[in-house]
This record gives sequence, structure tokens and C-alpha cells, in this order.
Amino acid sequence: MTLAIIDTSTANIASVRFALERLGVEPVLAGEPRQAEGATRLILPGVGAAGPAMARLDASGWADALRRETRPVLGVCLGMQLLFEHSDESDCAGLGLIPGRVVRLDPGADGPWPHMGWNTLETVREEPLMAGVAEGAHAYFVHGFHVPQGPHTSVRTRYGGPVTAIVRNGHIAGCQFHPERSGAVGAQILRNFVRAKQ
Amino acid sequence: MLARRIIPCLDVKDGRVVKGVRFRDHEDVGDITGLAARYAAECADELVFYDIAASPQARTVEPEWVSRVAREIDIPFCVAGGIRSVDDARARLFAGADKISVNSPALENPLLIDALAREFGSQCVVVGIDSREIGGTWRVHRNTGDPDKTVSETRATLDWITEAVERGAGEIVLNCMDQDGVREGYDIAQLAAARALCPVPLIASGGAGAREHFADVFAHAHVDGALAASVFHKGVIAIPDLKAWLMEQGVEIRP
Repeated sequence: MTLAIIDTSTANIASVRFALERLGVEPVLAGEPRQAEGATRLILPGVGAAGPAMARLDASGWADALRRETRPVLGVCLGMQLLFEHSDESDCAGLGLIPGRVVRLDPGADGPWPHMGWNTLETVREEPLMAGVAEGAHAYFVHGFHVPQGPHTSVRTRYGGPVTAIVRNGHIAGCQFHPERSGAVGAQILRNFVRAKQ
Repeated sequence: MLARRIIPCLDVKDGRVVKGVRFRDHEDVGDITGLAARYAAECADELVFYDIAASPQARTVEPEWVSRVAREIDIPFCVAGGIRSVDDARARLFAGADKISVNSPALENPLLIDALAREFGSQCVVVGIDSREIGGTWRVHRNTGDPDKTVSETRATLDWITEAVERGAGEIVLNCMDQDGVREGYDIAQLAAARALCPVPLIASGGAGAREHFADVFAHAHVDGALAASVFHKGVIAIPDLKAWLMEQGVEIRP
């Protein structure tokens, strides 16, 4: 099994790489699709704003490649948001692999903006990434924009309302939280992705 | 529900974790990676690595140290110490930090906050503020890692919090200097005043000495997290015991 991290030059690549190394996986960093030719699955990390990240995916050829991708893909944080059709942050188009829009999060009375910290995971439909993870377990979220719960939401959290925590459309999945920084819970979710049969 | 965070802070000087009292007389309390790994295993909610000698010595916290710690831990990791530019921050983020905390360099050049937020997003940008009451007003201090170089600013702490948030800070860590290292409790009055005008996450720092101090600062100052150093390093409070007790008190905590 080889795994490639799509290198969008955003800042959490080292954290994702270290987390995979702790699981005994040595990922390949792939700035361009051909560098991931030998990989059986892909992680799309990302922090920061949607616009610059999409521009880098377009420039590197990854945007087109991901639209044709058949291997399992896991987007993380901004990487998850880029899987959708449109982001109100930077008002830009996303990859369009999952129907839906990224909108600004309104925490209401639940706390400050952005949503930063450990929040609970609630499964809303069966999700293979949650195997071995207890209902109500905490994961680490850091984001100001979000995807409201929709038909492809498999796990949610609550912050001002239901917030998509894990999304899935067939072989394309994403986590809004940071599994690489979510302790034992995050490690289990990454392990599930690494070991998935699909 | 979002959990309140318990955050151990490693104050680092010359490659070792140190701790002082009211920012003076630092003593060696342990090994950096050893303590970092211990806190992650004990379910600390975040780790702060603060190179306290960096700003006074006009240095920046070394990316190599950031990587050594980042490899060990599976919890959020915030790095501080003499980060003066977008390039300084990028090198530390790429080395494995999740957030960058700026303190003295932001006071010298407030535009640094805008630049970091634009480049990496507000969620990556923490502004640390060292504050002490002078003549009835809380005022900001800088270069607090070295008592001989500490400077009292003319800025009022509450004004600086507002400005930092407007410039794009995604979190504020308020270090109440009069309470630092003396373990008599957090400065509830100052933190509550900060909370009232701080719309982003606010972290209390300085004064933790007993588990009741954590319960008090969550209940009365409504902070999002509580940072502490000496009580954790010296084993006065064990993080798992603290978290179990806070849950019994009804505080939302990640076990």
C-alpha cells in the first residue's frame, strides 16, 4: 500500500505526514499527479483560504486529475471543503466532487468564531472511517467556514447548528476536523482510511 | 458541544524546558520532547512551545525543534518565539506547527498580524499578550522572556486585544504577569474584561495552582482554554486527574 499526500504547499502537510509515519506509513509527497502514479490512495490536506489552494490545484493539474480519480481520496479540513462545488470563502469554485456549498459558519450562542477546539462526533449514517471510534468521541476542529449537514454528511458535529464533520460520496471522503491532530481518535480514523479495502 | 481546553505550555530556553516566577529566575524543569510526549499521552488538548529567549536575543524558534516535537505528538501544536515575518511563520508551519503565536514582534509591527492572517488564515494566528496592571490600567509588556529587556508598552491590554482581532488574530492568549508562576489562581477580573470584548477564542494564562482555579476561570471568565506550565511540569496537578475532576464539576471536557 502506498499513499500520496497531494502537495498544495499549505501548512499542515508535515502534521499529516508525521501522523501517517506514526502509523507505519511512509507517504509520497505529490506536487503533480504523475508523482502519485504508484499510490493506491490519496490525501488532500489543506489549511488557509480556498482561493489560493484551488489555484494551486488547477495549476498543478491536480484539479483535473481529481475529477477523474478512482482511488480513495480523503480531504482534510480545507481539503474537505475543496471537494464541494463552491466556497463562499474567496467566492471560488471547488472541485465539484460532492454536491454542496461551503458557507461561513455562524456559531450563534455556541461560542466564538472561528470554531476552534475539540468537539464531539455524531454518526448520521454508516461511515467506514468511524470503525472503532466511539459515538461522541472528540476531534479537533479549526475552521471558520463549513458545509451544513447535507445528503452526503455521514458524521456531524454541532456548533451553531449541525456542521459536517465527515462527508462521503463513494470513494471520495473528507474530514472537516484534523485527524492528524485528534489524538487516538484521529489516529484510528487515519488507520481506517489507510486500511480500507476500497 | 465544544470542550474547554487544557493546555500545557513548554517555556523553552537554550534547548530545555524552564519555568520562572513572575517571568524571572528560570529553573530547568525537563526535557522538551519527553514532556511533549507525556502531555500528548495524558490527553492534553493542545501543546504550546514557547522559545522565551528568542525575542530578547533577536532569534526565532528553530524549525528543527518544531519538527522534533511535532513528530512526537498527535494534538494541536502552537509555536511561539521571535516569529517576525511570514517567512519565519511558514518555516515553522511547514516543520509541523499548527498555529503560530506572536507576541513582541506583533507589538513592534502590528501589520505582522494582518500579513500572517492573509497568508495562512486567522485560525493559524495566535496573538500572545503579556499584561500587568500599572496605575489602575492593564498594560501590555514585551520581551518578557528576559527581565532585563522587558519593556512596558503604552498600549492598554484591552485596546490591543481589540486591535489584534481586527487585524486578523484567530485566538488570544492572555498571560497575566502578576499571577505568573505563583499558583494563586488566574486573574479572573482581567480575563473576564478581556472576554467581554474578545470575539475569538480566549486562552487564560498565569496563576494556575489548584484544580479549582481551572473551574473558576471557566465559570467566571468564560475562557475557551486554560494554559498552565509549572503545575503540570512539577506534577502538582496531573492532567488526567484534572480533566476527570472538571467533568464531575459539569465542565465540558474531552476525556
